[in-house]
Amino acid sequence: MKFNLVTIFVLFLLAQILLILPIFRRRPRDQQPRIWLAESLPLLLFGAVYVWMAMTAQRLWADDRYEGPSLTAMQVEVVGVQFQWYFRYPGEDATFGSTRPELVNAAAGNPLGLDLRDSEGDDDIVSSELVLPVGREVDLRLRAHDVIHGFFIPGMRLKENAVPGLTLHVHFTPETAGTYPILCTQVCGLGHGHMQARLRVLPAAEFADWLQAREGKRRAEEAAIKGGV
Amino acid sequence: MSTDPEIDPETDPNVDPEIDRASWGARMDAGSTTSDRLPRRWRNALRPIFTTEHRVIGIEYLVLSLVAVAAGTVLSLVMRIHLVWPELAVPFFGQVKPEDYLALVTMHGTLMVFFVLTTAPLSGFANLVVPEQLGASRMALPTLNAVSFWMTAGALLILLAAFAVPQGAPISGWTSYPPLSAVAAAGPGQALGMDLWLASLTVFCLASWLGSLNLLATILNERCEGMTLMRLPLTVWSWLVASLLVLISFSVLLAALLLLFSDRHYGTSFFIPAGDLVAGHVRSRGDGSPLLWLHLFWFFGHPEVYIAVLPGMGITSSLLANFSRRPIAGYPMMAMTTVLIGLLGLVVWGHHMFVSGMNPYAGTAFALTTMAIAVPSTAKVLSWLATIWGGGLRLTTPMLFSLGFVSLFIAGGLTGPVLAQPALDAYLHNTYFVVAHFHLIMAMAGVFSIFAGVYYWFPLMTGRLMNGTLGKLHFWITLIAAYGAFFPMHFAGLAGEPRHYSQLSGTTPLLENLLPLQRGITFSAVILASAQLIFLANLLWSIMRGEVAPPNPWQATTLEWAPSMARIVKTSTSGLDPSASKFHQNIACRAPYEYGLRPNGLDFIMQCDPNTKAE
Repeated sequence: MKFNLVTIFVLFLLAQILLILPIFRRRPRDQQPRIWLAESLPLLLFGAVYVWMAMTAQRLWADDRYEGPSLTAMQVEVVGVQFQWYFRYPGEDATFGSTRPELVNAAAGNPLGLDLRDSEGDDDIVSSELVLPVGREVDLRLRAHDVIHGFFIPGMRLKENAVPGLTLHVHFTPETAGTYPILCTQVCGLGHGHMQARLRVLPAAEFADWLQAREGKRRAEEAAIKGGV
Repeated sequence: MSTDPEIDPETDPNVDPEIDRASWGARMDAGSTTSDRLPRRWRNALRPIFTTEHRVIGIEYLVLSLVAVAAGTVLSLVMRIHLVWPELAVPFFGQVKPEDYLALVTMHGTLMVFFVLTTAPLSGFANLVVPEQLGASRMALPTLNAVSFWMTAGALLILLAAFAVPQGAPISGWTSYPPLSAVAAAGPGQALGMDLWLASLTVFCLASWLGSLNLLATILNERCEGMTLMRLPLTVWSWLVASLLVLISFSVLLAALLLLFSDRHYGTSFFIPAGDLVAGHVRSRGDGSPLLWLHLFWFFGHPEVYIAVLPGMGITSSLLANFSRRPIAGYPMMAMTTVLIGLLGLVVWGHHMFVSGMNPYAGTAFALTTMAIAVPSTAKVLSWLATIWGGGLRLTTPMLFSLGFVSLFIAGGLTGPVLAQPALDAYLHNTYFVVAHFHLIMAMAGVFSIFAGVYYWFPLMTGRLMNGTLGKLHFWITLIAAYGAFFPMHFAGLAGEPRHYSQLSGTTPLLENLLPLQRGITFSAVILASAQLIFLANLLWSIMRGEVAPPNPWQATTLEWAPSMARIVKTSTSGLDPSASKFHQNIACRAPYEYGLRPNGLDFIMQCDPNTKAE
């Protein structure tokens, strides 16, 4: 990236100088420009640069997107809804419970439409912030309920749209602990500019504590609901 | 056909006026589009407006673009001011709500892309000079051409009406991705406002189609004797390729618009997936795909960029040759690269979709085609530099704007190969980096070529020259302010700021830190917009008081400046006598850019000049 930016900035300055210099010469030269010198040769050089750029770009992209995550990667689901990001962890069974759009009811504490009859969803944890351990690969599965959203973590150089009707996967490994903003980069309606969340990357031990706390909270809520019934 | 410039069809015994009228005169008659039952006085008043005279239609297109660009600029200023002073109530507008901001974005983009950057360089200038540059006696389909203009004007009115309906203008951006654009409940403005947007673009599609059919037919069939393809001015080459792109890409857009309309009103689900839940209700009846819209839209959207910028390249090539007093370097290469850019432009649409959920292998394919299009673009830039290098530059206003075009085209173009790399685009997509890229290469370069064209062809429209001092002042302020407004946007993008955010304060510190940068951009934008008042003043003053232009004020070689043109200007400003636009100089003996010291000691030789031996 830096190399690209420096290269194009140098070329930019060079081209502007070539553009400005002739202004100061008012007398035309008699001979025609020699096409091979002025055009064909530089064009070949530029062509070589473009081929090289295309090759490195292809290699980078292939490393990033051609292959799926390792089988041991942590699974997290990201759901974009006007104007909120939700993050779902599959819990101890490492399996996401099924969801149905008809069941979505954020006011009743079920923003993702979890099907309560599906026991696989019993241990699912839904969070409004993305919390990840340092150094472990994560496989995000991106979904959207309503319109297209753009899932963007600038600090992780990661962007992929969340498209209703599709489940898309991106994977990465956070390497530095810290807090990173998560933004929406695809116009999704009037709250687009405020559709933001946080990524917290924690050391492994702290992450385990966080997950445990969330599980405890979920169990307490479950008990409360059952007690109420 | 006679080549005597002084011949007059009304008095010349060799031209039978009856046959002449029957063949083309009747269709050229300006009154033929209005009803014969109208009182004569009305008919005379309407005659110059509802005309089929191509030059008047060209001017009408340019005026339409001027209205659209004024509206679009005001919208962008409201956005810029709101972005950096979110609490401020904007004069004549009031407090800008988040949905207002998105409506402004949507309308700004739609107005600028369709009604300015497509309309002015292609329809406006081509109508103004294409038949003359070809040595043709007329447009091939003049009535169709006039219908095309009035449909475009209608489309503009329909679009602007979206501001006036309940809930206002649509908010889904000029790309209108569904389901946001397919479901009325998805946001304010997505009901009637969105329908008007769809209607406006549907009419615009049809209008562009008709206009391009006429241009293609004219360029291919109406060329005068000797005007071979390799003698066409590069402007004509660019209009030819742009017209072809219009035919191919606007038909796909039209299909997409109709499918979207059908999703909104006839219960289909082309673009709405199963179980799509908007505002608490499941909206889909079938299982469609939002990605289908992205493919259809960008199959149109990318060629559209070239439709907007190719004519600018053509104008720049012609003007650089003229004001350097040198032939354009590598004419065959320039013609070929124009065609190549058009062809490649049809197969690069996926580079708008690297992170849209498209298959990553497709991403690689589109990255390669996109990188390939950099080659002909580079060839053009090298040719322009080679043309002015060693030329004796005449720094007139149109020349300055052409040099500005090259400068901005390079500035915006160099970020192209960066954005073409999917892994880098994954970070930069939909950030201000992209905003900077396309505003420099498409918007600013496009507008600079429009200014160059207006200053250059102004004598053909009014018989007068525009004021040079005001023109140069206009150029320098515009150039500096354009860089001031759009260059810093690269840094905002590199910092990660997404487009379409209505405010930066109260969000994350990541974005709040960019406020000072954005304030600088807003200042530049205000200066940029204000500088255009100089242009408007110059325009009005020059129409009334400008220096009367000699017949060929720029000592140009192309046929729109041929000697008989002076007569046409005179008659068309005083009464628009359509028969005067019959062109008598219709034989082309040579290549279009014979500048510089020629064997016979002349500084330039017009294409129609038979006295010097043909090349």
